[in-house]
Order: sequence, then structure tokens, then C-alpha cells
Amino acid sequence: MSHISSKRLFYTIFVSLIILTGLTVFVARQDFGAMNTPVALAIAGLKATLVILYFMGVRYNTPLTKVVAASGFVWLIILFGMTMGDYLTRSWLGFPGR
Amino acid sequence: MENPNAPHEHHPALQHHFHSMAQQLEASVLGMWVFLVTEVMFFGGLFMAYILYRSLYPDAWLAGSQELDEFLGGLNTVVLICSSLTMALAVRAAQVGSRKGQIVNLILTIVFGTVFLVVKYFEYAKKFEHHLVPGAHFDPARDPAQQLYFSLYFMMTGVHALHMVVGIGLMLVMLHMAWKGRFSAEYFAPVEISGLYWHFVDIVWIFLFPLLYLIGKHH
Repeated sequence: MSHISSKRLFYTIFVSLIILTGLTVFVARQDFGAMNTPVALAIAGLKATLVILYFMGVRYNTPLTKVVAASGFVWLIILFGMTMGDYLTRSWLGFPGR
Repeated sequence: MENPNAPHEHHPALQHHFHSMAQQLEASVLGMWVFLVTEVMFFGGLFMAYILYRSLYPDAWLAGSQELDEFLGGLNTVVLICSSLTMALAVRAAQVGSRKGQIVNLILTIVFGTVFLVVKYFEYAKKFEHHLVPGAHFDPARDPAQQLYFSLYFMMTGVHALHMVVGIGLMLVMLHMAWKGRFSAEYFAPVEISGLYWHFVDIVWIFLFPLLYLIGKHH
């Protein structure tokens, strides 16, 4: 909005994003078993949060804009949660064809 | 609070249905975010397909991922992060009224976006050479389920690249407006909301890079 962030803040976010990119490449080589993808998603989520809050400036926006911005990700969780809740539990009933 | 009915001088970019430049900017940013939510859902459908088919064919996903060039994917991630920095600096330059800052940073953003697309072109060409494109010419020695992985690879990176092309077009328009000196500390909504779009496209790639390129690396 009318808030003007300092260049220093933008450079700090930039360096953080580059470091987190290096980190995600590094952890991809470690074997965490089933946790590899959740770890990668946690780092990606952190990077996305930095971009949204500072580069996109949502931190300095009105509460209404914040709610709208967050709503997209809430609906994503509903989409993923309900679809996988369906697919992953189909076999429980013992019907053929998943 | 100023009286909106009183005759007064106002900024030429202020539309008559807004009280102030601040309110107009707020409405523009909110409207852009509503659009970006639809974009989140658009890409969300593809991520949904990714999650589902990866859960059904995990081995095809690992084998498919190992065919991607991690270096080029990582390079493009860094290129996009650089472009997001220059984009944020371009908006800031508009806010502080620096015409030169806007022009330099918008050109850099366009250059980084173009580098991304050129790298993507070479990656796609390799996939065609290696018979990894789903369809009649897909490598018959491979598990057919890997075609699902490569279908999603091409669809997700393809629509992402399409968004990059649109973004570069937007940046050319912004560069034209900045060149004409249209933006100022009072009026910078077009470059601000174009920047929101550009950062959103960067965020999509932030998720695509680990999910497509890095999942097979610990095997």
C-alpha cells in the first residue's frame, strides 16, 4: 500500500530466499524416509510466506486484503483434504476398484 | 476526513467513484488479490492431480523426477527470486518517484523472466530428445505410469511458463508507462498490482521446483 519498505528489507528477504533454496537442495539429498516431502513443503511454504508478506507487502495491507489472500490457501487445504480423504479411505470399505 | 462533494483539485488518475488515491489503491490491491485467489485455485487443481497420482504411483514419480535436470531447475529458481527482488525494487522506485529506478528494475525483471523461459526451452528440448513426452513416442522401455508424471510436469511447468509470458507482456506495458513518467508517489497502482501477479508466479515455481525436480534425489 502506501507503506514503503526499505531496500535493506528487500535485500534481506532476497538473501533468505536464496539460502532457503540452497537448503531445500541440500535436504533433498538426505534420507528422511516419508518426511522428505513434508520437509521440502515446509521450506517452500516458508519461502512463499516471505514473498507474500514482504515482496507482495501483504503484511502492510488492510485486514480485508489479508483475509482474502489467506482464503485462497484455506480453500486449497479443503480441496486437498477432502479429495485425499475420499481416495485414501476407499479401500477401507473393501469395494473393488479403489 | 475531507468532504468528497467539495470541489477540489485531485490527481488526474483518481477515478470519480473513489474518495481518495489511497482508497483507490486499496480497492485495486484487493481486486488483484481476488484474482490471485482464483489463480491459486487454478494451479491448485494441478497440484491436486499431482498429489493424487503421486500417492497412487510413487515409483513412477521417483523415476520420472530423476530425469529432470536439477541444476537447470535450481538455476531457474534463483533467476525467478532475482526477478522478484527487482520487481519489488521497481514498485519501491515508483513509490519514491524515481523514474530511472523503475526503468532499470523493470528491464531487469523482463531480462530475468526471459532467461527463465530460455532455460525452460532447453529443458523441454531435452525431454523431446529423450522420448519423455507422453504419447506415441514415449520411451517404451519405461513404466507407462511415468507418462502421468511427465503429463503433469509439462502441464504444470507449461501453464507456469504461459503465466511468465503474460507477466513479461505486463512488464513491457509497465516499462512503457514508467518511461512516460506515469507513476508517482501518489499513483503507482498499475505497477503495484502487476508486481503482485509477478510474485505470485514466482511462488508457484517455489513449490514446483522441489515437487518436480528434487523428490528422487535421496535414492
